[in-house]
Amino acid sequence: MIYVPETIKSALSALALNKIRTFLTMLGVIIGVFSVVSLVAVVQGFQNYITDQFSALGSNLILVTPSVGEGQDPSRAFMGNKLSLKNVDTINLYVGDKISVITPSIRIAKTAEYKTKTYASTVVGGNYQSYSVYGLETDTGSYYTKSDDSKKASVVFISSDVKKELFGDRNPVGEKIKIENTNFEVLGVAKPKGGNFDDRIFMPDTSLKAVFNIEALSSIALKANEGLDVDEVMREVKVALLKDMKIDDFSVVTQKDVLSSIDQILGVLSSALAAVAGISLLVGGIGIMNIMLVSVTERTQEIGLRKALGATSKNIGRQFLAEAIFISLGGGMVGLLLGYLSTLAVASFINATIPWWAVALAMGFSIFVGVVFGTYPALSASKKDPIEALRFE
Amino acid sequence: MTPILQAQNVSKIYDMGTTKIEALLGVNIEIGKGEFVAIVGKSGSGKSTLMHILGLLDTPTEGEVILNGINTKGMSEKQLAQVRNNEIGFVFQSFNLLQRTTVLDNVILPLKYSTVPSSEWERKAKEMIEIVGLQDRLKNKSNELSGGQKQRVAIARAMVNDPSMILADEPTGNLDTKTGEEIIKNFLKLNSQGKTIILVTHDDELAQIAQRKIVLKDGCIVK
Ligand SMILES: Nc1ncnc2c1ncn2[C@@H]1O[C@H](COP(=O)(O)OP(=O)(O)O)[C@@H](O)[C@H]1O
Ligand SMILES: [Mg+2]
Repeated sequence: MIYVPETIKSALSALALNKIRTFLTMLGVIIGVFSVVSLVAVVQGFQNYITDQFSALGSNLILVTPSVGEGQDPSRAFMGNKLSLKNVDTINLYVGDKISVITPSIRIAKTAEYKTKTYASTVVGGNYQSYSVYGLETDTGSYYTKSDDSKKASVVFISSDVKKELFGDRNPVGEKIKIENTNFEVLGVAKPKGGNFDDRIFMPDTSLKAVFNIEALSSIALKANEGLDVDEVMREVKVALLKDMKIDDFSVVTQKDVLSSIDQILGVLSSALAAVAGISLLVGGIGIMNIMLVSVTERTQEIGLRKALGATSKNIGRQFLAEAIFISLGGGMVGLLLGYLSTLAVASFINATIPWWAVALAMGFSIFVGVVFGTYPALSASKKDPIEALRFE
Repeated sequence: MTPILQAQNVSKIYDMGTTKIEALLGVNIEIGKGEFVAIVGKSGSGKSTLMHILGLLDTPTEGEVILNGINTKGMSEKQLAQVRNNEIGFVFQSFNLLQRTTVLDNVILPLKYSTVPSSEWERKAKEMIEIVGLQDRLKNKSNELSGGQKQRVAIARAMVNDPSMILADEPTGNLDTKTGEEIIKNFLKLNSQGKTIILVTHDDELAQIAQRKIVLKDGCIVK
């Protein structure tokens, strides 16, 4: 009777006798599992990022953007951006009773300065309602008001990263930051939101237009009243805007549309990953089979001896199969570890996470590859005639 | 004496396509319990073939091998492995130790295929290693030993599962005369403790220490 733990022990010690070869044999599986796991982690991280961004905004958000017509030169489309404040009024006029908040939105990248510190930020111009459209929360101070909007006041509400970088632990409320030679008074600080929401500086769109001399809107964002069908409200917004513009000049999307098209892209990416996984594990498996066959030939005498001493064919087969499985499983674990380390390496760029199913799948596939490609060498080992094996000198 | 091992009309013929090699032809042997038998003959006379068949490593083309009164003909591969494990200890000319493996682990090897619980393995193996006088080499790798030491490890390994007989194929073939004599002394000692010994050798002088000589020539017993 040979016990399972004994099989494991002797398989591991046989592999330990040939460490370099064992490692090289593992390499195929290591690379396969590593590349798949790290790519899955990045895709997952991307998905987390998108989901975070959108759930922060709320599911009843509707966005109106200037349309970049198909086949058109994007710069021309930008030049032909017809979105304006007038459209905000139009929406209010026709659909006003179905929406809770609406804001024009202008976004530009600008560097903010405070004393010796600088910070590359995204400046977002919107009206006082943008606070609830963007789902902001206040940490200290307050947001700007309707009267700030109409006065074109030089005031800002800053995100947590902006505060941290420019002010450190100090309270920024009442301080002045400089953006392109204009001073803006800090009214308040937002609570951290995650994603890329925390690099923002919010100010009245009227102020932004006046200071930076920008006309076109980046978008119009609005929220449908709770309980209403978002798609229905979206259609009504579209109909209203047709009074101002042609159908090609703008597009209206809901969160759901954006999410589902992103999911579609990620779905395609995932199937491509599965194909890569399959191919690399196949290659790894063939490598294992190759080396195991060499090892069976080299150890012919050992096999004969073991049989002479009382090993059955089954004992021998199990021993070699266990070795193949350990090579493959070991490769899978090393690959997984490297994949995990790679997520740490990119942690500052993307919150890549290895989902539990990817861990289970990597391990499962490694064992599977070991079994599939270890079976033939194990069978040929078990079938060796002890006499032939002992004569082998 | 009760026969422990019988070969009845055993033949082994290798079919090489155009020619047939008759390695053994109608061999009849009866070996009693506790006997020390030498099988002698020139190289190529069929000694190893006979030993493999008697040790249930090989099956005869014709004839039967009867062990402890039980015909081994109908036994499954698993049963044969079990009988080899329990009843027979092998010693080979080229030692056949596991490379880069310690003396202790080499001696433990047959126990791994036995019903002996693993908690007993080390104790039993150490006991045998002490008998062959290698207790201070326990943790040495097999390739760090001299030829004589290697063969003593092989004897300890053959004995560890307490078999009733030892089959040794040219056990001194790779050793100098003096070391060879010491190995033979080990067999004599085992024989005095009641083990049946079958010693295969081409060395007539060495065979003198056996109680009985079986002489093979061209696959047939001539004496
Ligand atoms: N597998 C085999 N195939 C063909 N001939 C073999 C095989 N094994 C042994 N023989 C032949 O059988 C004869 C007896 O061999 P063997 O038993 O090894 O002799 P010994 O051990 O007495 O030197 C020799 O002629 C040898 O060539
Ligand atoms: Mg021989």
